Amino acid sequence: MIAVVTLHHYLIISGLLFALGMAGVIARRNALVILMALEMNLSAANLALVAFSKYNNLVEGQVFVFFVIAIAAAEVAVGLAILVALFRLKQTVNVDELNSMKR
Amino acid sequence: MTVHDTLFWFFSLAMLLSGIGVVASRNPVNSAMFLVLLFGFMAGLFVLLEAFFLAVIQVLVYAGAVIVLFLFVIMLLDIRASQRRHVRFLGAVGAIVVPGALAWEFVFILQKPVQPLAGREVNWQDGLEVVVKPLFARYMLPVEVAALLLLVAMVGVVLLSRRNLK
Repeated sequence: MIAVVTLHHYLIISGLLFALGMAGVIARRNALVILMALEMNLSAANLALVAFSKYNNLVEGQVFVFFVIAIAAAEVAVGLAILVALFRLKQTVNVDELNSMKR
Repeated sequence: MTVHDTLFWFFSLAMLLSGIGVVASRNPVNSAMFLVLLFGFMAGLFVLLEAFFLAVIQVLVYAGAVIVLFLFVIMLLDIRASQRRHVRFLGAVGAIVVPGALAWEFVFILQKPVQPLAGREVNWQDGLEVVVKPLFARYMLPVEVAALLLLVAMVGVVLLSRRNLK
């Protein structure tokens, strides 16, 4: 019935997850949820890299994912710190209300 | 269907469902909890792909550290669930059309066979050694740069969270 799982299946799942994360980034107004959806996008890319590395017998894909995870951790820390600083200034995390660069 | 295939379908469908949960939950805490589930299933997929080291790292860093950070900030800012879901027209259309087109494009492109690269024969069962050896030999400089970046991020976060930013 269903074909044996190949590289294509992993790539399609990764693409669907990326599309889902992108929908979250576009549709949601809460900056925290937008950051979470961005994490989903990074994970989708990770899945594609690991799948490529397995089916092509190359270790480099996994090494790359290691770096992506390190960068993602740093990005979340800085992003959340910026959010906290913004919240102190404007008392909101709704991106519709964070629309001016002046205080 | 083999065990591998069954597990693949289980993990990937559960992962996509928890992804929908992250995007659709009204309460940010629920979103964070669905994100934990998503990373757990992703770690399962990594195990299926014999990337054991990355599966462990995924659980430790994402499910362990990143989500805790998210929950701390949600708690600190005392964010309530949005009372009403007011979806704006342009946002809703964009959120359906753009990712839909992207997903369709991915599926369309993948109809064609992917040319395999000529890789060496790798024994994935060796686990940690396969991934960590290149990290400390050929990719030593990127590791150092990543370490520096984490340090810079840490200093930046401490600076950003000061009360008066002047």
